[in-house]
Amino acid sequence: MLYLFYFFAAISVIAALVVVSARSPINSAIALVVCFLSIAGHYILLNAQFLAMVHVIVYTGAILILMLFVIMLLNMNMMIEVQKPAITKILAVITGGLFFLVLLAATKQGLSTPVPATFDPGVGLVKSIGIALFRDYLLPFELSSVLFLSATAGAIMLAKKDNSPNVNRPPSSEPNGNAA
Amino acid sequence: MVKLDLLAILVPALPLLGVFITGFGRRKLSAYAAGGIATAMVALSFIASLILFLGHDGQTHIVHLFSWIHVGAMDIPFAFQIDALSLWMMLVVTGIGTLIHLYSIGYMHDDPRVATFFAQLNLFSFSMLLLVMGANFLVTFIGWEGVGMCSYLLIGFWYTTPAFNYAGRKAFVMNRIGDVGMLLAMALMFYQFGTLNYVDVMQQGGLMASGNPLIVTATLLLFLGATGKSAQLPLLTWLPDAMAGPTPVSALIHAATMVTAGVFLVVRSSVLYELAPYTQDIVLWVGVATALFGATVGLFQNDIKKVLAYSTVSQLGYMFAALGTGDYGNGMFHVTTHAFFKALLFLAAGSVIHALGGEQDIRKMGGLKGVTKTTYVTFLIATLAICGIPPLSGFFSKDGILASTFAANPVAYAVLVFAAMLTAFYMFRLLFLTFFGTYRGTAHPHESPKVMTVPLVVLAILSAIGGLLNIPHIFGGHSWLNTFLASAADGIGMHPLELSAGTEWTLMAISTALVLLTIWYAWSLFCKKTTLDGEPADMPFLKRLIAKRWMLDELYAWLFEKPFGWISKHFFSIGEEKIAVPLTAGTGKATLGFGEWLRKVQTGNSSFYLFAMMVGVVVLLILTYFSA
Amino acid sequence: MEHVMTAIRVVPLDSYLVLSFLLFSIGMVGALVRRNVIIVIMCLELMLNSVNLLLVAFSAYHSDPGAQIMVFFIMLVAAAEVTVGLSILVLMKRNTDSVDMNILNRLKW
Repeated sequence: MLYLFYFFAAISVIAALVVVSARSPINSAIALVVCFLSIAGHYILLNAQFLAMVHVIVYTGAILILMLFVIMLLNMNMMIEVQKPAITKILAVITGGLFFLVLLAATKQGLSTPVPATFDPGVGLVKSIGIALFRDYLLPFELSSVLFLSATAGAIMLAKKDNSPNVNRPPSSEPNGNAA
Repeated sequence: MVKLDLLAILVPALPLLGVFITGFGRRKLSAYAAGGIATAMVALSFIASLILFLGHDGQTHIVHLFSWIHVGAMDIPFAFQIDALSLWMMLVVTGIGTLIHLYSIGYMHDDPRVATFFAQLNLFSFSMLLLVMGANFLVTFIGWEGVGMCSYLLIGFWYTTPAFNYAGRKAFVMNRIGDVGMLLAMALMFYQFGTLNYVDVMQQGGLMASGNPLIVTATLLLFLGATGKSAQLPLLTWLPDAMAGPTPVSALIHAATMVTAGVFLVVRSSVLYELAPYTQDIVLWVGVATALFGATVGLFQNDIKKVLAYSTVSQLGYMFAALGTGDYGNGMFHVTTHAFFKALLFLAAGSVIHALGGEQDIRKMGGLKGVTKTTYVTFLIATLAICGIPPLSGFFSKDGILASTFAANPVAYAVLVFAAMLTAFYMFRLLFLTFFGTYRGTAHPHESPKVMTVPLVVLAILSAIGGLLNIPHIFGGHSWLNTFLASAADGIGMHPLELSAGTEWTLMAISTALVLLTIWYAWSLFCKKTTLDGEPADMPFLKRLIAKRWMLDELYAWLFEKPFGWISKHFFSIGEEKIAVPLTAGTGKATLGFGEWLRKVQTGNSSFYLFAMMVGVVVLLILTYFSA
Repeated sequence: MEHVMTAIRVVPLDSYLVLSFLLFSIGMVGALVRRNVIIVIMCLELMLNSVNLLLVAFSAYHSDPGAQIMVFFIMLVAAAEVTVGLSILVLMKRNTDSVDMNILNRLKW
């Protein structure tokens, strides 16, 4: 079972590296799908079946498809992305590495419990999640629907083709537009 | 005792309501409507006080409104104390207040800001009631400051004249000096007793030994507050200047009520004063000195209101002399009778000023006896009352004070009798120059309307018969006011006069005879012929000194204003211009320059922001790691 | 089921810690080095997922479903965020004809 963990871990890290380094956005997106699927594998390993399902549906099913759609709609594959200067990249990598090391160092002392002595097999199952969600977290759950609604409305508002005359005009012509 | 609570709240609440009505409606209300509402509010308040007074059972009632300040060990309720003393003051304040409000309707009717005037007058009544009704020092202090503020507003009511504004400011600043004393006294008492409620302070203070330094200090500080409010030496120069305000204001605030607040405060704390003989001596001598000071300066003033102002100062000196001998009952008695006749004098003077179209110089008056009959008669009664001619009210209160002073200290007695003679002289000089002889002015005198003369008549009756309130034993009376007030303040009635009836008769005869002699002298000077004083510059030295108020203003200018002016000037030229301004302006400049430099960080490049954020997170985590 | 449980018993919590830190750092570096907005959004998703992973690991090791609810809500927020973010991206492309991060540099003095 340890090997399974290492297998998924390797896949997710490599996929993540591909996401960051791929030239084409399409490649990045595909790599991200792989990465997310391997994370779903981790969830199953951790006995969180419900979350694993939700994860696959939401991330790979919805979010990444949405991203692919956008890439396709905007025809991004044909664009040449301007690269940042090498010094910035090196600096960024150094910062990232430092960040990783510092995180490790900061948590290394406190966390040395290797494996739990007792373990509740039912924690990640639909039943326990459902009980917790609809009993203890009912209000946030309901509120999140409002969040979703506003996000949807906002997205529509933003992406809608605006036909009013003031948009997309240089500011100098605005007074005339208003006067008319 | 729901009824008592309700009435006790109504008494100050009604004038406050009047403030809101006349204040907010000042552009809509006509002069008579504003005056009518304001007068009605004070009159209703008077009726409420009267009901309380008639139903009074000799007990002290605390009307608790709400817990005001509650911090740690400090618990100060907003409460009223209803006992004989506060009831008596409430009656005086609302009663005289009603008459003066009524009078003001006539006096102020053509002023453009008449509604504002009535709003401020009502606010004054409210503050004064708060002052006398407060159940602890702090509630009294609110009223204390409130009346000070109203006094400032009303002195400077005609604010377009700069001199009036300066007079208001002077009154305010001088009062502040006294207020510091009162604040310190409150802090001291809170430190000692842990409470500011009169009942508790008096109870705990009463258990302490006589002459306890703490009590002496506290009473001295309280007395400092009283000297500021009641215009005693050395804080008296504001009161004559306060005559810049409209005459009803002078009558209500600067003669009848506010200036007696100091007396009230001392009587309220009589238990403490009884335990501080040193303070009592100081109070006595300050009172005596002030009585003499006011009486002398009054001799040569030519402004009708200034004469009355110095007379007020002098009479307040009498009250404090009475307090200094421990004769609180006669002190309060004199407060009452003085409120009657001095309010009357001011209102009558206002009537004269009104009749002459604003003329205040007595050298340009004269012969008004025939034209303004009511004013003349009432003024005469008030003058006789203030001079102490029996059987008018002033005789009883003044002779009570003189008798107790004689018992305490004959020297003080002699000075006070001398001051009484001077009082008779300047009052009759005023009377003769104003109403007798021939008219020396140019205006066309006319009698004032009914709305102004009715209060005059009422006050004249009160001035005449006010002595009945407290007829001493030798006349077969029972000193009713003393007995009544004794239930409120322990000190009252603690010192029965140790004089034989014969001595008392002799004292009265002496003072009355001397006063009558003086009146004859004044008659010979000012009625048989007319002697007018010129300008101070033409007078002989002593007279000039007195006419210029013993140079007190100049002394203060030399003693305080000049050094403080010098210090301030140097603080400004060195501290402000050389240190403070460069420091503050430099700080501003440095901040500006730094910001100018720092704003370049704001590149607008989100990647850079992200990078900066990450660096920050790394630094924070490193810090956490190494500090842990 | 029994299988999976033993699997968790075998892997120490520290391994998940390291894995999620690694994923987070990679996502961060990606957000720093790339200029294409959509790639940056992907990197943000990656970082969110690393946090999710860590939360689930803690949840499993402490037998507490609360952390998984937290993950659930993070997913909700991520979905909403991507919706809005992508529509902003579309708008940006329409208005500036570019998806370069450095175009959006008006946010300064």
